[in-house]
Amino acid sequence: MQTHSAPFHKTACSTLKRDDRLQLHADNLTVERGTRTVIANLTFTANAGEALLLTGPNGAGKTTLIRTIGGFIAPVSGKIALKGDVSDRDIPELCHYVGHLTGVKANLTAEQNLAFWAEYLGGVSTRSIAERVDDALDAFGLLALADYPAGLLSAGQKRRLGLARLIVAERPIWLLDEPTVSLDAASTTLLAGLIQRHIANDGLVIAATHLPLGLEQPRYLRLGSSAPATDEPTQGAAP
Amino acid sequence: MNGFFALLRRDLMLAVREGSALGTALGFYLVVVAMLPLGLGPDLKLLTRIAPGVLWIALLLAALLSLPRMFEADHEDGSLEVMATAPLPLELAVAAKALAHWISTGIPLALMAPVLGLMLNLELSLTPALVATMLAGTPAVSFLGSIGAALTLKARRGGLLLALLVLPLYVPTLIFGISAIGFAGIGQDGFAASLLVLMAVSVASIAVAPVAAAAALRLQLS
Repeated sequence: MQTHSAPFHKTACSTLKRDDRLQLHADNLTVERGTRTVIANLTFTANAGEALLLTGPNGAGKTTLIRTIGGFIAPVSGKIALKGDVSDRDIPELCHYVGHLTGVKANLTAEQNLAFWAEYLGGVSTRSIAERVDDALDAFGLLALADYPAGLLSAGQKRRLGLARLIVAERPIWLLDEPTVSLDAASTTLLAGLIQRHIANDGLVIAATHLPLGLEQPRYLRLGSSAPATDEPTQGAAP
Repeated sequence: MNGFFALLRRDLMLAVREGSALGTALGFYLVVVAMLPLGLGPDLKLLTRIAPGVLWIALLLAALLSLPRMFEADHEDGSLEVMATAPLPLELAVAAKALAHWISTGIPLALMAPVLGLMLNLELSLTPALVATMLAGTPAVSFLGSIGAALTLKARRGGLLLALLVLPLYVPTLIFGISAIGFAGIGQDGFAASLLVLMAVSVASIAVAPVAAAAALRLQLS
């Protein structure tokens, strides 16, 4: 893999000169869970302004990859690095992680939940927390439920409230692990629209999903033993 | 530091809304102390002598009851994962949660102690000393407890394991808490010294425990 990665660095550097946009680059990544190697020698690049959809069968390592990028799991070998116009903050601090759990407190209202995350996740914004919370609630159609305890919301509504974190604090990288679970068709379209908007604003989205999400031009990265990992994922290769 | 106070405020608000943690701790404290005279009989001299020790030990056990929940709720609903990606270091997040635990559990227990002292025929003149030692010592209970709570986060029935891990760490607090009250009882000036050592134990645990607990949490999240 050494001979493989050397020319890659060259192209990455020349890209950088041409374009100072954010780029997430995983180099020869190997990740183990327990004693099992889940991801072996994976090299890929994700650029700002694109959505990278992780596909593959159950257990292929989609969640593991997302959690590795999010900084929860340390890779056995290889590394993940950011290039381009980034501050000196760590990768996890530039990422929104939306996992299987929603991160919603049942005993707080929808609005309080989001206000807490807005303050806690920080981020530079010219607008006040209350404005951002209202925007996020509006974006996910939860404005009418703002004052209800989140424990009374349905599974799909809780999911939307969890996803509203994406709007309430601005971060360039979105890590979404099966974001459409328990969402209805309308909400899935809503989410796809927001992902599209984030990409248009030079954001970077990495999502593990079984659904096509209806994005315009996603790139696919197929994980799992059936297909070798490539640094140039073929477009439209997903099932 | 905005995140620190946001988390502290949220945890206190949740403690008030949920209420069960504090209710259980206070109730347990009351029941244990109330049962003791029933078991030992109405020997007032004996009760007076053992009152400070009983109040301290029962307080430690009562505080222990609510420790497992310190990170459990945030782990179950996924908040902990999101917190790990926040600009606020996990160490400070642990400190905020331990501080919230102290305010919502440690302080109420310390303030309830003199009331329970009446049942044990505690000398009234000792009440200020008792409350002072407990307020000075209970931060160590919450902060050292955060280490155990983080370590046993994913353990099934982690409560007992938590007690085994954490109770030995409470020994210095217990010893100096009791000795301070002892000195106050015989009117010697050793009270101040013991109280200062008690505070030192608390300050040291505030400094060290968040680092250890955050390391344990990172391990649990991976």
